[in-house]
Amino acid sequence: MITINQRDELPWQAGMTVQEILDTMSYTFPRVIVSIDGVVVPHDKYAVTPVPDDADVRVIHLMAGG
Amino acid sequence: MNSPDLPIRAEFVYDPAALELGYTGQTLYVNVETGAVEARPVTEEMKRTFVGGRGFDLWLLWQAVHDATRWSDPENEIVISSGPCGGITQYPGSGKSIAATISPLTDIVIDSNAGGHFGPYLKFAGWDALELQGNATEEVIVLINGASGRVQLLAAPPDCPTDTHALGHWLNARFAESENERELLSFVTAGKGSEHSYMGCLNFSLYDRKRRDLRYKQAGRGGIGTVLRHKRIKALVVRARPFKGDSNQPADIDQLKATGAEMHREIARWDPVQNRMRSRGTAYLVQTMDDYDLLPVMNFQYGQHPDTPQINGDVWEQRYTQNLPDGCWYGCTVACAHAVDNYEVRTGPYAGTQVIVDGPEYETVAGVGSNCGIFDPDTILEINFYCDTYGIDTISFGTSLAFVMECYEAGILDRTMTGGLDLTFGNSAAALDLLHQIAQGEGFGLLFGKGVRKMKAHFAEHFGAEPAFLEDIGMEAKGLEYSEYLTKESLAQQGGYGLTNKGAQHDEAWLIFMDQINNQIPSFEDKAEALHYFPMWRTWFSLCGFCKLPWNDVVDPKNAEAEEPAKIPHHVENYVEIFSGVTGREVTADDLISMSESVYNFQRVFNLRLGKGRREHDAIPYRSAGPVTEAEYHSRQARYDRQLKEWLGLDPEAMGVDEKLAAHRAYRMEQYEKLIDAVYARRGWSADGIPSPETLRRLGIDYPEVLAVVKAQLPE
Ligand code: SF4
Repeated sequence: MITINQRDELPWQAGMTVQEILDTMSYTFPRVIVSIDGVVVPHDKYAVTPVPDDADVRVIHLMAGG
Repeated sequence: MNSPDLPIRAEFVYDPAALELGYTGQTLYVNVETGAVEARPVTEEMKRTFVGGRGFDLWLLWQAVHDATRWSDPENEIVISSGPCGGITQYPGSGKSIAATISPLTDIVIDSNAGGHFGPYLKFAGWDALELQGNATEEVIVLINGASGRVQLLAAPPDCPTDTHALGHWLNARFAESENERELLSFVTAGKGSEHSYMGCLNFSLYDRKRRDLRYKQAGRGGIGTVLRHKRIKALVVRARPFKGDSNQPADIDQLKATGAEMHREIARWDPVQNRMRSRGTAYLVQTMDDYDLLPVMNFQYGQHPDTPQINGDVWEQRYTQNLPDGCWYGCTVACAHAVDNYEVRTGPYAGTQVIVDGPEYETVAGVGSNCGIFDPDTILEINFYCDTYGIDTISFGTSLAFVMECYEAGILDRTMTGGLDLTFGNSAAALDLLHQIAQGEGFGLLFGKGVRKMKAHFAEHFGAEPAFLEDIGMEAKGLEYSEYLTKESLAQQGGYGLTNKGAQHDEAWLIFMDQINNQIPSFEDKAEALHYFPMWRTWFSLCGFCKLPWNDVVDPKNAEAEEPAKIPHHVENYVEIFSGVTGREVTADDLISMSESVYNFQRVFNLRLGKGRREHDAIPYRSAGPVTEAEYHSRQARYDRQLKEWLGLDPEAMGVDEKLAAHRAYRMEQYEKLIDAVYARRGWSADGIPSPETLRRLGIDYPEVLAVVKAQLPE
C-alpha cells in the first residue's frame, strides 16, 4: 500500500511509476513537487521513477489562484 | 497635451516633485464638491508604518471619515495609490494601483487593486496618492497634468459618455494630441452600471501601443465604481511626465536589473511548461479547478461539470489574440493580461460594434460561466464586455446571478418577481437582459444590483422566502460576494474567505491546495499559522504596488528543495532585494511581514470603528463549509458518508439524508468556530476578534485614536 500526502492510500502494483500515481489521483496541475520517502523526484523523471511498496509519497501542489 | 476646452471649476498649480527612492513625498487631495485642491506631505512616519499603496489609502481615509460615515456621504473618499515600487520596469508585475473607499456592499473599507497605468502615472505626475472627497453637484472630470503641473476640476459636458469604452475614446480625442500623448495618459472610469448598482467597479486604462487602442484593467471588488459615480465623477485623467525605467530614482538600479533579469529568465524557461500564463492567462485554472472538484458550478453546489472543456484554458488560448506583449504594466514578462480583439457585440446598446474584450480571466469565466451553468464562450465574452463598460464587477455579478438562479429553480422566485425573466441555470439571454437592466436602472436589475445580502433580506421580507435557507446559499461574507472557489473540503480556505478584512475575496489567502490536496496544514494551529502568514504576505504586495501573480504562478523547480516551498522563498528573497533596491531601506523577509501586520491590524481596527470587525462579522454562509441540499449530498455521497464514519464514528447506512446533513452541519460549523479561535489567538486578537492593545503597541500603531477604538470594544 502506498500513502499519498499522509492521508490517501493506493494499492501498490509492481512497476508503478510516479506518473501513474499522478494519473490515478487525477493530479493534473503542472506545478507539483513529488517526493518518495523524503527524496524529491526531478520533475522530468516522473514517468521513469518507480514507487516502492509502503512508500510515503508526497505530492505538494504549489499555490495558484488569483 | 490638448487643452480640452471644458469649463474649469477649480485649478491648482503645483511643482511636480521629482521622485526619490520610490516616493514623490506628497499626496493630492481633491474635493469635487467644494473645489478645494491641496498638496499634502508624506511624512517619514507614513512611509515607515504604512509604506504606500493600500497603507496610504487606509491612513488617508481614516483621517477623512467619521465613525458614522457611510459610502454615500460626502466625506467618504476614494483613495488611489500605487506604492514605492509601483512604476519600476525591471521586475515583473510592478505597476498595480490600489483603490480604497467605504463600500456600499459592506459598509466597511474595501480595497481593490488593478493593473493599467494610472497608479504609476500618478507618481510620474508628482503624487504618491490621490484622495477624492465630496459629492459633486454636476458631472466632473478630474485632470492631473504632470506635464504642466496643474490639477483641474472640469465640468463634463452633456455629450460626455459614461460607459467606459465610449468614454475612453472621447477622452483620448479631447485630451491627446498625438499617439505619443496617448501613451502618457491614463484614465479611471466606471459606467452606467455603477450608477444603479452597489457592485460598480473602476476601470484603469492603459494605451496599448500595438493595438493602438485603450485597454482596461479593473479594481472590481466592493463597489468603488458606485462611489465614483455617486460623486458624479465621470473620469480621472492623469498625464505623466515622460518617464524611464529609473524614474522612481531607486537606491540601487543595478540591484533591480540583476534581480529582474533572473526572474525574467525563470519566467521564460518555466511558464511554457507550467501554467502557460503567457498564452492562456489565469483562465488556465478553469480546467484545473474542475479536475480537483473545486470549480464553482450552479451557485457553488458542485465542483465539476462535463461541459467545462467548452470554457477551459485551451478555448481561451484560441480566442485570445496571441503573440502580443500583454503585460498590464511595462516590463511584466508574465504578460497574462490577454484580450479578445474584434469581438462583435451581439446585444444591448452597442450591438454590432466591434470591441476589444479584456480577458476573460479565471474569475470571470468561473463566475458568470460555470457558476451560472453557462458554458458558452460567446456569452461569457459578451457579459465580460458589458460588465467592464458598464462598470460592474464580474465576480459580484456572477455570484449574485448564481444565487438568483438557484432561488428561481428552488421556487423562491418566479417570473412575476423577476419581471418576466426566466432565471434557470444556463439561460444566457436572461443573464444578459439582467445585466442591461442594471445599466438602465430598471426592473429586477435594480434590486439585483444591490448584491446578495440585500437580495436575501428582500426575498425574505417581500417574497416569503425562508431566511435560513437564503443565509445558507447566499454566497457573501461581510456583504461581499464570494469569488470563485469551492471551499467545502478546505477548512483553511473557509477561513481564507471568512477571516478577511474586506469580505469574501481570495486575495488574502488561497490555501485550498495546501490544505485540501497537500494535507500540509492538518491541525488548527497549522491552519492558523497559514492564515497569519499568507494574508500578511499578500497584503505586502498591495502596500508596494506589486502584482501577486509573479510570486507564485511560475516557479523554478529548484524551489522543491526549499524548506518551506509553499512560500516560494527564492521569490520572497527577490522582493526583499527589490524593496531595498528601490527604497534604500535594508529589510529582511520577516520585516516585510511586520510591515503588513501593522496595516492589516489597522484595517481591522478601522472596521471596528465603523461598527463591524467583530467575531459575528466573520461568519460564513453554510454552503461555504458543507452541503446544504440533498442534491449536493448525493453528488458526493461516497465522500460524505465516509467522513461521517471517520470523523464522527457514525453509521451512514442507518441514517436518512436529513440526519446526515444535520450531522455534517454541526461538525463542520464547530470546526469553523475552532478555527476562528486559533486564528484570533495567532493574530493577537481577543476571542471576539479585537486586536489587543499589546498587539497594536508591538506593531507601532498604538496611536491614541486607534487605541481608543479598541479599548471601547474590550471588556473592562
Ligand atoms: S502578471 Fe499579469 S496581471 Fe500581473 S502585472 Fe503581469 S500582466 Fe498584469
